[in-house]
Amino acid sequence: MSAITRKEVEHVANLARLQLTEEEAERYTKDLNAILDFAAKLNELDTSSVQPTSHATDVKNVMREDVNRPSLPIAEVLKNAPDHEDGQFKVPAVFE
Amino acid sequence: MSKYETVIGLEVHAELSTNSKIFCGCPTEFGAPPNTHTCPICLGHPGVLPVTNKQAVEFAMKAALALNCEISRETKFDRKNYFYPDSPKAYQISQFDQPIGYNGWIDIEVNGETKRIGITRLHLEEDAGKLTHSDFGGESLVDFNRVGVPLVEIVSEPDIRTPEEARAYLEKLKAIIQYTEVSDVRMEQGSLRCDANVSIRPYGQEEFGTKAELKNMNSFRNVQAGLEYEVKRQAEVLDSGGKVVQETRRWDEANRKTLSMRSKEEAHDYRYFPDPDLVRMQISEEWIEAVRATIPELPDARKARYVNEFGLSQADAEVLTISKETADFFDETVKTGADPKAVANWLMVDLLAHLNANDMEFAEVKMTPHGLGEMIKLIADGTISSKIAKTVFKEMIETGKEPKQIVEEKGLVQISDEGALRQIVVDAVNSNPQAVADYKAGNQKAAAFFVGQVMKQTKGKANPPMVNKLIAEVLKDM
Repeated sequence: MSAITRKEVEHVANLARLQLTEEEAERYTKDLNAILDFAAKLNELDTSSVQPTSHATDVKNVMREDVNRPSLPIAEVLKNAPDHEDGQFKVPAVFE
Repeated sequence: MSKYETVIGLEVHAELSTNSKIFCGCPTEFGAPPNTHTCPICLGHPGVLPVTNKQAVEFAMKAALALNCEISRETKFDRKNYFYPDSPKAYQISQFDQPIGYNGWIDIEVNGETKRIGITRLHLEEDAGKLTHSDFGGESLVDFNRVGVPLVEIVSEPDIRTPEEARAYLEKLKAIIQYTEVSDVRMEQGSLRCDANVSIRPYGQEEFGTKAELKNMNSFRNVQAGLEYEVKRQAEVLDSGGKVVQETRRWDEANRKTLSMRSKEEAHDYRYFPDPDLVRMQISEEWIEAVRATIPELPDARKARYVNEFGLSQADAEVLTISKETADFFDETVKTGADPKAVANWLMVDLLAHLNANDMEFAEVKMTPHGLGEMIKLIADGTISSKIAKTVFKEMIETGKEPKQIVEEKGLVQISDEGALRQIVVDAVNSNPQAVADYKAGNQKAAAFFVGQVMKQTKGKANPPMVNKLIAEVLKDM
């Protein structure tokens, strides 16, 4: 597995809306590489006879019928909101 | 003729008409007070367990089959990661590499020619919330009622070559989905939305030009207008030696142009991965066939039936079948025994004109298929004239009353009593010697003048062919 670069760390941090200091970016590059190296141990296993899978369990087609269940009372919905107004969550302005 | 060829691909989102959301039991109903249709699952609280709504999967399969797609036998949900306040989990549950349907197509008709447009894929995903931006800036308000409403995203191949074709594709797609009844496809309520990818290239060039993605086009008319503007804009950029920049542009309806949105150069790194909370889905042949069996007669089949069975023209059959409401109304009216061509004419000419003139929707029409059928019979048996029928027709649209009742109440029965009509004609002729002289001098318009006089006297109720005949006779004897 190719090593993770400082540039990739900055890219991922940006996607995650994290602002890293010089020092942090340096440290995360080192830490993430150590983690990947550790996970790379799995490459030592011979998986040539194993089918690729997207999920850890073999359970399939667990579905529910199209039936309504009660929603939360509005007070509960907004309980953890940092701020709200007229029953809506209030967030810093976003423009697109 | 432009030296550039236009290439358009469309992405259409349709909300599915399930009772509950795709991964929880909250209602999907439109118009509830903000955030009253939410629960820990759709609000993305930690530790919750979403479970897939079987009806949403079947609706997606039904839509995919109606669009001639193949169905993925093995499929799953994936997480699409992005930060935006309309998404409480910071990811949208969607489908990445195993969409419910793929490799489909629909046929469209433009300028009398049929063209096949490929459908790359149809996948299931959850809708996002609704943001309201404050006028004063500084903050935005979020309503999560719409989060988790099931959507299908339908992606076309870049087979569309003109804005007009794009519109025809959308109208056809909307009709097919409407016929399957998996979505109410109302653009004004946002249950049908469209984004477009558009680029141009010199004729003969193999590779695509740089594309722009157009958003915010909330009607078919705006999709066409937005694309027309964009094609012109890109040609101007190239002609002036510039380069088209890959970007997202917004259609500004008020100013009739597209505007560049803030560039999001990193936003397309969604880091999709399989959602571990939702187990895989396996779709069996039996399940596919069971869903296929629920698909009703689709627009193309219905159109062919109207042409073959009722002798309607291709163009007329197209207009009638592009909306399920009109087509259903047509079928019901024909069942009453009325002449199909007459029914088609009243619906396409008079009804559509009335709707347009009064800015009405078909759903507001109170007239019943039975009423229209009866009215056409009243014309056929001579009880009312076609001219009077127009008055009856309007009244039926507004009130839903039976035509016989309207005719009686308003005293609209056609006067076909030859003796009475002859007297009215004679009176008109006697009191207008100048017009008689004109007629004798060879002025044919004078005959029309007498028709007008008789209709005025009878308040339009005189039997028109009989009036024509009588005027000719009376004038001849002068």
